[in-house]
Amino acid sequence: MANPEWRARSALVALALSATACRGPSTRNDGVDACSMPGTTPCAALAGEIIVSAAASLTDAFVAMKSAFEAMHADVDIVLNLGGSSALRAQILEGAPVDVFASANATNMTRVVEAGRLADDAHFFARNYLRIAVPAGNPAGISGLEDLTNAALRIALCAEEVPCGELARRVFARAGLFPALDTNEPNVRALLTKIQLGELDAGVIYVTDVASANGAVQGIEIPDDVNVAAEYLVGVLADAPNPTGAAKFVQFVLSDQGRVLLASHGFAPP
Amino acid sequence: MTTRRRRGQPRLPFLLGILATAGMALFLLPVLGLFSRAPWTRLPALLGSDIVTDAIRLSTVTSLAATALSFAVGVPLAWVLARVDFVGRSLVRGTVALPLILPPVVGGAALLFAFGRRGLVGAPLEQATGLVLPFSAWGVVVANTFVAMPFLVITVEGALRTMDRRYEEAAASLGAGRWTVLRRVTLPTITPSLVAGLVLCWARAFGEFGATITFAGNLQGRTQTLPLAVFVALERDRDTAVAISLVMVLISLFVLVSLRERWRGTL
Repeated sequence: MANPEWRARSALVALALSATACRGPSTRNDGVDACSMPGTTPCAALAGEIIVSAAASLTDAFVAMKSAFEAMHADVDIVLNLGGSSALRAQILEGAPVDVFASANATNMTRVVEAGRLADDAHFFARNYLRIAVPAGNPAGISGLEDLTNAALRIALCAEEVPCGELARRVFARAGLFPALDTNEPNVRALLTKIQLGELDAGVIYVTDVASANGAVQGIEIPDDVNVAAEYLVGVLADAPNPTGAAKFVQFVLSDQGRVLLASHGFAPP
Repeated sequence: MTTRRRRGQPRLPFLLGILATAGMALFLLPVLGLFSRAPWTRLPALLGSDIVTDAIRLSTVTSLAATALSFAVGVPLAWVLARVDFVGRSLVRGTVALPLILPPVVGGAALLFAFGRRGLVGAPLEQATGLVLPFSAWGVVVANTFVAMPFLVITVEGALRTMDRRYEEAAASLGAGRWTVLRRVTLPTITPSLVAGLVLCWARAFGEFGATITFAGNLQGRTQTLPLAVFVALERDRDTAVAISLVMVLISLFVLVSLRERWRGTL
């Protein structure tokens, strides 16, 4: 039986354990094999771990990317390090060994670039819009942004340090509203989980996170004239332990196959 | 380095000294690392910000409240575990110690399932009283107590089991009632352990992070304790994070060292 509460609980436990395990071969993509493309290094050269620090909102899309990429390169193990973009940026600037950084905004990527830690250019690869999310059944009867100013309800945004929180605050500023916040969650997945559990009446998360919840949360549109998009950037780090693998993975994210995977998880093209 | 030698104290074996130094270094070096990154000149300005003062106030109140709550229910629990033989006692003892092993974030999630708005106890609690623990300072106290109380229970239970019970028996034979024995004989006998347990409990509550952010959330002035403030600041402004960490180190060292000195004769 598809019990959304149970699913939400297992999601939370998974989140708590920081499980980054691969979802299995069900998402395996049998599209173009990058190895057979002309002008690329042969796949035999590709091996070892590729550590990818990716924004929490990329979780599902990058788990699918990992499966597809590992299916093409048997000796490669993609290690996903998922978290708030700002936390990932802080880890990188403190010297964490990372091959690829995928940020949910330009600010965090710029700080990494300015610190001279990126090998090459950062590539703009996807866009993500915001949506109001409420628990299934919308128990508080939320219909728009104005309802998030009601102090009697449990309302949350991401912390302003992470992109989803920064963007959500821009949305409220554009709408001329002040949200009545009860908590600032450290990343978008933590916020999604608390909405799924029904602990929060509403929060502002990405379109892609509403899609990933499989009906455990409902999305409510934010009008286009106040909505803003997160802009996702990806790049190879200068001191990547596996520079060849890192470049190859970034190439894959930017490829048509990568675009298709991103679109299937609700991301808009750049 | 010369070692002061008291009469009767054995000469320090060389290997032991090396190993002890390595052990000490593991604790000292991170503290030195923190000091080396400290923005000394900006310290007063950083620590004067309302984010920091709010967090200091909230952390002080909630960690003390959690310690008081742990004392109120934890000491009786320790007494029952030490003195009453009942079926399933080892299971209860294991469950009490669980928060020591459980990752605090999982502890916070488990607290949500029990005391959240849709939790086993939380849902009826909200209907009956309107009280919602998550996203409130009470939630912080509950999360702190959950994680910190085992330190008190285990310490006190150990003391109760190892104390010489003949004094209690003597008091009882002289006509003292059960409460009088507990108050006048048992508790004074285990005072050093009780104080040590309370200090450990407070220290753990003061530094609690994972269960708090998962169960109680993160809002300045309401649920954002010092560890949460450090976590958030670390992503925005490292100087503030280091400044707050220094405050935590100094407060904790002051409490741990001064209490240790005060109770050294008996510990």
